[in-house]
Amino acid sequence: MQLKKEPKSVRGALALATCSLLAGTSPAHAAKEWEVDSAVLFYSEGSDRISLVEPVVGLRKALGDDEYVGMRIVIDALTGASPNGAIATDAVQTFTTPSGDSSYTVQPGETPLDPSFKDHRIALNGVWEKPLSERLKGVFSANFSTEYDYQSMGVTATLARDFNNRNTTLSAGASYSADTIEPVGGTPVGLASMPTVPAVKQTQGASEDKTVTEFLVGITQVLNRRTLMQFNYTHGMDDGYLTDPYKLLSVVNSAGNVSGHRFEKRPEERTRQTVFWRTLHQFTEDVLDVSYRYYWDDWGVSSHTLDTRYRYELGGGHYLQPHVRLYQQSAADFYRFSLAEGATPTHASADYRLGDMTTTTFGLKYGFAVSEDKEYSMRIEYMNQSDDNRRFEDVDAIIVQASYSFLF
Amino acid sequence: MRMLIASATLGLAMVQSGCAFEPVQPWDKDVLAQRKMQLEGYPLDTYLDDHIYFSKEASSGGQAVGGGGCGCN
Repeated sequence: MQLKKEPKSVRGALALATCSLLAGTSPAHAAKEWEVDSAVLFYSEGSDRISLVEPVVGLRKALGDDEYVGMRIVIDALTGASPNGAIATDAVQTFTTPSGDSSYTVQPGETPLDPSFKDHRIALNGVWEKPLSERLKGVFSANFSTEYDYQSMGVTATLARDFNNRNTTLSAGASYSADTIEPVGGTPVGLASMPTVPAVKQTQGASEDKTVTEFLVGITQVLNRRTLMQFNYTHGMDDGYLTDPYKLLSVVNSAGNVSGHRFEKRPEERTRQTVFWRTLHQFTEDVLDVSYRYYWDDWGVSSHTLDTRYRYELGGGHYLQPHVRLYQQSAADFYRFSLAEGATPTHASADYRLGDMTTTTFGLKYGFAVSEDKEYSMRIEYMNQSDDNRRFEDVDAIIVQASYSFLF
Repeated sequence: MRMLIASATLGLAMVQSGCAFEPVQPWDKDVLAQRKMQLEGYPLDTYLDDHIYFSKEASSGGQAVGGGGCGCN
């Protein structure tokens, strides 16, 4: 083990200059100008399902000496129909809307989709990056988001300490958010039957709360002049109303026919953990970005996520970046495709997102970096979600994103 | 908890053995300073991807903590 003295004079000045570069902004313009990062995302699952348009703007400005303030504004506009959790049958099915004042029908053989789904969301984020000492940096942020039936407020703090001539960074972070949901038509009693109009559903109140607490420890290591590696461990705890008040389960009788529907019910606590590894490596000019995450929780869900991007430089600032993401999860313990008549589970959900599932994403991004601060890009991706037990219908989505970053 | 201890041990080992890696001097960090080599070089791409997969899968997180909640039906 060899301990090195801190660089002084010219070396020290170079170290400071490099550090400023690593922060992503050169000091010459940072004092005056805002870094603007903007994007619009289009997401579509096809004509009869969810579509989303999501413009985002991020702003960041240096206050001096590696201190920054920033903010992000996001607007979501969602339309379309979402699976309500019930199964397809060979007869016409009738469902009551969440508000309870109307109904909709689903044709034989079709996956039941709730067409009353429509939402707008606004999310704001403010961030303050502050050097706390020569080697210690703090990043503090606050989040607020609102949609017509859901509000969320949260705070996050992350500390990062450099070691080994700034080749190693240890990070520790914590976040807390408090969310409130006000389901349309009130919160249904979990596992109670869905009524038929004009009967009204059994409710347990007008609104419900949940809190989300997360912790992170991580290490980032410069392996050599062209390679950077990161390891993180995160631990999260969700507490409160974690059920989706709009999801149903089909009740199936001994003859194999659907005899009714019940509202889902999930546990009120969830403990989640992840280990995450990521490596960035630059070849002559091209960059390979690969990451792997293992996730597990006390609902019985575990998953593997492998994400790979390869940035292929075309010359003159133009680049192409293929992207492949592979994700596979195991089902939650209380996931049921349907419920047997007379069954009395403590918890049950037929939300396909809690089932045995594989997501595959292929994408391609084209970018034109005019300079380190000004860049245009466009990406298109295809995402497929399929049931590993081949019971629910595949979800196919197209994702298109246009981005522009510049100084203002 | 075992994973936490393993991660912490790995982290401490990496800090203690900084000289096991090829040390990179500040004036050799021109490549690492480029935007395409930053862990958060494209924060909006990361944000939007996280939002999509948070809404469509049972797993979330890993890269950071917090970020704002949503109903995400």
